[in-house]
Amino acid sequence: MTPKTLYDKLWDSHVVHVEDDGTALLYIDRHLVHEVTSPQAYEGLRLAGRKVWRTDSIVATADHNTPTTDWHRGVEGIEDATSRLQVTTLDDNIRAHGAKAYFPFLHERQGIVHVIGPESGATLPGMTVVCGDSHTSTHGAFACMAFGIGTSEVEHVLATQCLLARKSRNMLVQVDGKLRRGVTAKDVALALIGKIGTAGGTGYAIEYAGSTIRALSMEGRMTICNMTIEAGARCGMVAVDDVTINYLKGRPFAPQGESWDRAVAHWRTLVSDPQAKFDRVVTLDAQEITPQVTWGTSPEMVVSVDGRVPDPDREKDAIRREGIARALHYMGLEPNAAITGIHLDKVFIGSCTNSRIEDLRAAAAIVKGRHVARTLKVAMVVPGSGLVKRQAEREGLDRIFTDAGFEWREPGCSMCLAMNADRLEPGERCAATSNRNFEGRQGAGGRTHLVSPEMAAAAAIAGHFVDVREWR
Amino acid sequence: MEKFTVLTGLVVPLDRANVDTDAIIPKQFLKSIKRSGFGPNLFDAWRYHDVGQPGTDHAKRPVNRDFVLNHPQYKGAEILLARANFGCGSSREHAPWALLDHGFRVVIAPSFGEIFQSNSLKNGLLPVVLTEREVDALFYDVASFPGFRLVIDLERQTVATTDGAKVMSFEIDPFRKYCLLNGLDDIGLTLRHADKIREFEEKRRAQHPWLFG
Repeated sequence: MTPKTLYDKLWDSHVVHVEDDGTALLYIDRHLVHEVTSPQAYEGLRLAGRKVWRTDSIVATADHNTPTTDWHRGVEGIEDATSRLQVTTLDDNIRAHGAKAYFPFLHERQGIVHVIGPESGATLPGMTVVCGDSHTSTHGAFACMAFGIGTSEVEHVLATQCLLARKSRNMLVQVDGKLRRGVTAKDVALALIGKIGTAGGTGYAIEYAGSTIRALSMEGRMTICNMTIEAGARCGMVAVDDVTINYLKGRPFAPQGESWDRAVAHWRTLVSDPQAKFDRVVTLDAQEITPQVTWGTSPEMVVSVDGRVPDPDREKDAIRREGIARALHYMGLEPNAAITGIHLDKVFIGSCTNSRIEDLRAAAAIVKGRHVARTLKVAMVVPGSGLVKRQAEREGLDRIFTDAGFEWREPGCSMCLAMNADRLEPGERCAATSNRNFEGRQGAGGRTHLVSPEMAAAAAIAGHFVDVREWR
Repeated sequence: MEKFTVLTGLVVPLDRANVDTDAIIPKQFLKSIKRSGFGPNLFDAWRYHDVGQPGTDHAKRPVNRDFVLNHPQYKGAEILLARANFGCGSSREHAPWALLDHGFRVVIAPSFGEIFQSNSLKNGLLPVVLTEREVDALFYDVASFPGFRLVIDLERQTVATTDGAKVMSFEIDPFRKYCLLNGLDDIGLTLRHADKIREFEEKRRAQHPWLFG
């Protein structure tokens, strides 16, 4: 038999039908639903008189619009009427059509859709996982084929439990060696994007492998898979090992008893065969990766914390030169400026990239016993879910943050995309643990620098970027 | 979905790479629960000097005259000419909805963000991939010839100048092409295979019962 990659195996096991031109009909195991990209899909379903194919595939939550303060005010606390309508429309749609689980706004297990799926065991190895959100790639950490879809596709999955898709090519990202102190999964992801560019993965499904990936926790693997879309690939994945299985054991929606044993036996097969062929291989040496900071308006505009902002005059390619100049103008940065000389207005620790318990522990370890710089307007921590929040509180992390001058918020997407009230004002500069530094992403005119939780925490204390490797 | 067959349209050049979906339609406009009405906020942060909010009267907003979509000679353009990796970023289908609502039917670029490309095809917005060199030449043509128009023929998979002097071909999945030419809705087509889906599902349920219930 021809050796297969993990992606080949996941693909082959979900093909229901293939059209003459190679377009495949893929079966979808898990459909994650949130309030922003689903209303038009449910509306379409209703207008066409169609029903949801399999309600027990659906796990839903409201996360994009929800406020991170004043939950005692209930739904009325969502000041923006259009945001409130999206949140209540999701309530109505789930009530009308059903779901396996729904964690609505204010529920104790509400949270970012890509945090609550894995923590509840709703994301299991071998699944196809889709959601109307590009960061669905996160779930690939569990050896899932997980990818973001548009609203028409959300409607398609609701109505047919399937998606029409073309198979991607296989890319292997091989990372070997031990990460240096202060260097995290986030830095691996940013370093990769810096190397291959934001379109480097377009047309590929990425498998992350190597000793560095194996040594990461599930949280770290989720961070890397999450950022896959920023490298242009719709899905990224990691093969099953003991780390995967240990993480899943005992989760509410994970199988139990005899079913667990059967599942584990199957999951163990979800690895690439030894001789499997990849169309492209990219290698990274973990020892060479340093803490990364983005300086521009695309995640590929990234440099080491001990580096400098580039000089457009030294770029030969005209389109790239123009891109660098435009980004520096937007970001309010001078060519050749040292990264550690960049001063900040706000710090945001949160998002589906870096809001899990391990991220909060790492950030808390940096800030413990210190105080946020007086020059900062706001430093906030937004846990990824209600469960993460309570776990952090049990460990006393909330006190470490609040004692240091951080705001401790309710869970949600928050200032990653600023659909709720958490945002940057024009010209404000932010160190963020999120995933996108596009123009206006965190608020019109806002300036975003993407970093790891450790780097964000250290920057909050210092008021400017510092090399967390030298943090004592 | 509206059919797409042949289009002859005015071309507007957007000369920057990596135009992301946050730029195409900023997040504050994603709060609508409808599919229409996004056109006035297409490229909102670039088109206006102020920060747009849903419900604002666009006639009263300060327009950025330097932004290419606001140049009078491009009014009514149906073809957007762009650089590499157009539509990268988020999965928001509001991006193609906004482009269509504004009047675009075609985007030409050397490459596209994958989710954007897929979303576009499902809404009758045709993403046309040409080579870097061809796109470069088109930017030159648009700058050189006021009122520059192109003929996009989906059946023949060609992009041509109106005088036929220059003809370039592009690739598209035959299935997507068929759907666009006929204005077909994916769901209806997929449900022709409902029995196969059910059969697959039952087999899966027997093999991997933990995925169900």
